[in-house]
Amino acid sequence: MAPSLEVSEYVQDVLSHPLKVGPKLVAPEPEHCPGPESESAGKADSCEGCPNQAICASAPKGPDPDIPVITERLSGIKHKVLILSGKGGVGKSTFSSLLAYAFATNPDSTVGIMDTDICGPSIPKMMGVEAETIHVSGGGWSPVWVQDNLGVMSVQFMLPNRDDAVIWRGPKKNGLIKQFLKDVEWGDMDFLLVDTPPGTSDEHLSVNSFLKESGVDGAVVVTTPQEVALLDVRKEIDFCRKAGIKVLGIVENMSGFVCPKCTHESQIFQATTGGARALAKETNIPFLGAVPLDPRIGIAADYGESFFDAWPDSPACSALKVVVRKVAEEMGLRPETVLPED
Amino acid sequence: MSLQRVKHIVLVLSGKGGVGKSSITTQLALSLSTAGHVVGILDIDLTGPSIPRLLGIESAKVTQAPGGWVPVPVHPANPEKNIGALSCMSLGFLLRERGDAVVWRGPKKTAMVRQFLSDVLWGDIDYLLIDTPPGTSDEHISLAETLLKQAQVAGAVVVTTPQAVATADVKKELNFCMKTGIKVIGVVENMSGFVCPNCSECTDVFSRGGGEIMAQEFGVRFLGSVPIDPQFVMLVETGKRPVYPVGTKVDGVEFRGRTNGDTAMDVKDPGLLVEKYQDCSLCPVFQNITKEVVAVVNGQGNGVVVA
Repeated sequence: MAPSLEVSEYVQDVLSHPLKVGPKLVAPEPEHCPGPESESAGKADSCEGCPNQAICASAPKGPDPDIPVITERLSGIKHKVLILSGKGGVGKSTFSSLLAYAFATNPDSTVGIMDTDICGPSIPKMMGVEAETIHVSGGGWSPVWVQDNLGVMSVQFMLPNRDDAVIWRGPKKNGLIKQFLKDVEWGDMDFLLVDTPPGTSDEHLSVNSFLKESGVDGAVVVTTPQEVALLDVRKEIDFCRKAGIKVLGIVENMSGFVCPKCTHESQIFQATTGGARALAKETNIPFLGAVPLDPRIGIAADYGESFFDAWPDSPACSALKVVVRKVAEEMGLRPETVLPED
Repeated sequence: MSLQRVKHIVLVLSGKGGVGKSSITTQLALSLSTAGHVVGILDIDLTGPSIPRLLGIESAKVTQAPGGWVPVPVHPANPEKNIGALSCMSLGFLLRERGDAVVWRGPKKTAMVRQFLSDVLWGDIDYLLIDTPPGTSDEHISLAETLLKQAQVAGAVVVTTPQAVATADVKKELNFCMKTGIKVIGVVENMSGFVCPNCSECTDVFSRGGGEIMAQEFGVRFLGSVPIDPQFVMLVETGKRPVYPVGTKVDGVEFRGRTNGDTAMDVKDPGLLVEKYQDCSLCPVFQNITKEVVAVVNGQGNGVVVA
């Protein structure tokens, strides 16, 4: 018989009880640990003989007492949007930064980006604030301000050296994400964009549960056109469904490439199964638009500049504006207020 | 221990997602196999396994045998053509539905990685390539902890794309290798330029040269640059045998694969992936990379401990 993972029950357990306060363990979790925060902590068969058993069994099983603190801290933020993709390198961070720049073109809006990619933070470099550090005051940690109305928080600001690896297991990553929400002085903001790492693991579960009470407008799912990317994106949509996160829509990035010499359009990452459009239809999720692969987007990101400012007349720029307005529309906002027509 | 009969273990790492770890793993495997080696691929990207799709065996299932799991065979050995067997293990084979999310926290991922390392019946294998998810977290720490006790671990092939945003993350991965004592076999720069099929103009869609500069900066070997070839994407996505316009050049040399076919037809051609891959323009590129990897692994050039 082929072994198969009976995951669905486990997923529900993780999603519905993710925020029990983790007990202080005296030894590493054993191989078949049900999870120190889970309902069966200390009581499962695999807990027999584990040095942590008594600690886990007697640990308080209530919800995390920090959640109300987070909710209070974020009470001045009007809209929270997650940027997700099951796949890496499709442009989550690029899109997050561009969405932030676009929202911030309205001088009356204040925008924040929280970078929850702990092992591979890209937002600081893309926004040209890589070398900044966090200032701590009585009120908490101050975000790093890229412009007057655009603030950023990322683990990159906390590293002694730029290239240091953050070699952390899940619980430590969750702890930092909690601090980003609990200890950062976000203040009054119109938009908080949460950039995430690829996958469906600790960071995603934590963000989802920490923000559940204060409310999230929804998630923008980013993909590239080829099926090998869509495959992982399907998993992310499945995750959103199970976790009760509303998907605002799907963006197709790197969609077609126009040769700068002969203007011939090539499908570098062929949409052999219909790309994001087909996936949107299949999953009944709004399609937000397609952004062509323009090497200048990557160059702007490498130099920490806003692509909108650098190449305002490019086709990619127009495509991005369509997507931004569609995101606003899906959030129930007036697109022309969020991103004024030029 | 299931790795006992594995001669060499090579990790494929990158701090950055979507740079082509799985595609590089696949091509290294095909290339090693074409050189007559028996190869296995272990895919430990648990929440986004790509290897089954890239090898065109998405619907395959793992079978249980006494003592562990039997990896999925990709192609058998063909001594006449000097092709070694290729087999593969991935979490993708254990899912009921291909779109199912695997929502696991760290400890569960750690347990699965350990199980993959201890319970898969690889048999006699020359090279086991381990494809990893992006980052420096649970899967990587578990891998380092479990594998560093194994004498056969040759080191890591580190994959990046050229742009600075990518190398910034990959530098963190090199520092991870340094901290954990994993030898770096070398750096591969993927998606290095795209040749327009219409006018043959090469555009550096994701910049150029960042991988080589990073390798220099860290004092590790640069294994080579791999351009973007949409024909490779088509090969793995649809099973279509690659065809190129007449006069296509790879590294300045006229490419000897199939040319001038009916490029509009996206149909699955018969034949094994390993055979069709030999018509791909990236095949000679990987032959060179593979030669270097094999030389380093066999001690004719040492992997560099990043210092």
